[in-house]
Amino acid sequence: MSQSLDAYLILSALLFSIGTFGFLARRNAIAMLMSIELMLNAVNLAVIAFGAFTPSLAGHAALIALLVMAVAAAEATVGLAIVIAIYRNRRTPLVDEYASMRE
Amino acid sequence: MAFPETVPLLGWTWDDMLFLLLAGAMLAAAVFVVIGRDIVRSGLSMIVAFAALAGIYVLAGAVIVAAAQVLIYIGAISVLILFAIMLTQTKAGPAQLVFHRQAWAGALAAVGVSFLLIVTIINTSWPLQVGEVIGSATEDIARLLFEDPVYVLALQVIALMLTAAVVGGVFLAKREDAPDPGEVSRAELEPIGPPTEAERR
Repeated sequence: MSQSLDAYLILSALLFSIGTFGFLARRNAIAMLMSIELMLNAVNLAVIAFGAFTPSLAGHAALIALLVMAVAAAEATVGLAIVIAIYRNRRTPLVDEYASMRE
Repeated sequence: MAFPETVPLLGWTWDDMLFLLLAGAMLAAAVFVVIGRDIVRSGLSMIVAFAALAGIYVLAGAVIVAAAQVLIYIGAISVLILFAIMLTQTKAGPAQLVFHRQAWAGALAAVGVSFLLIVTIINTSWPLQVGEVIGSATEDIARLLFEDPVYVLALQVIALMLTAAVVGGVFLAKREDAPDPGEVSRAELEPIGPPTEAERR
């Protein structure tokens, strides 16, 4: 099982859809960011799985995964800074209240 | 005493056993991240999910990625997220509704996405496959990163982007309590605080 590409890819698909659900359903902005991190991790897992089973791609896959991690770190920094900046003005981390306070 | 080749009683290989354990731990932790009522616990459970994923990377032979996963995700991003959670938590947080009222649509979309992906994965015959996991040597990665022009460029771009992200993060999150004398004073700008009852009408 640990030697089949399909197992890794299905695991990655499940993790991605858990992240999708979290992103669409959670009200808390930080929980949405955590769901995005889960989805990025799922993509990384798929990339690594392809690299692990294709000899000519192993190094490329590891590099792409590392670059995705760097992008994820930048995204988390800016995203959380934005959430904190909004929290300072609106006093709530819930995204639906941002919308209802718009007018 | 000789170490058994396969898991006693079950007859699986140890790799399979580890893969199942780590995959189960990761999925359970990930589900708890998205349905947990207390967001601090969600954040902590996210660390468990990242750690289990690092174990899966090791099983897939990508040792350096597993090390980076521990350093970047568990070491940096989780701490950042936990700090942000604690800066933005309200006392009523855990008592409030966790999901939007339209969460059923999100659940439907997530089930649809996973169904589509899994059907596609099973029905595709992936080319160039070998039967077992091959590891990636760190030396190969370093050679690619510093010799392949594509990755050299990508490295520069990532460095620039991380710098921009750090500067942007500091700029966005910093308090604007003490404005520069040269700038327009805060009081002359429109108040940005939560709208009062009168404003809301």
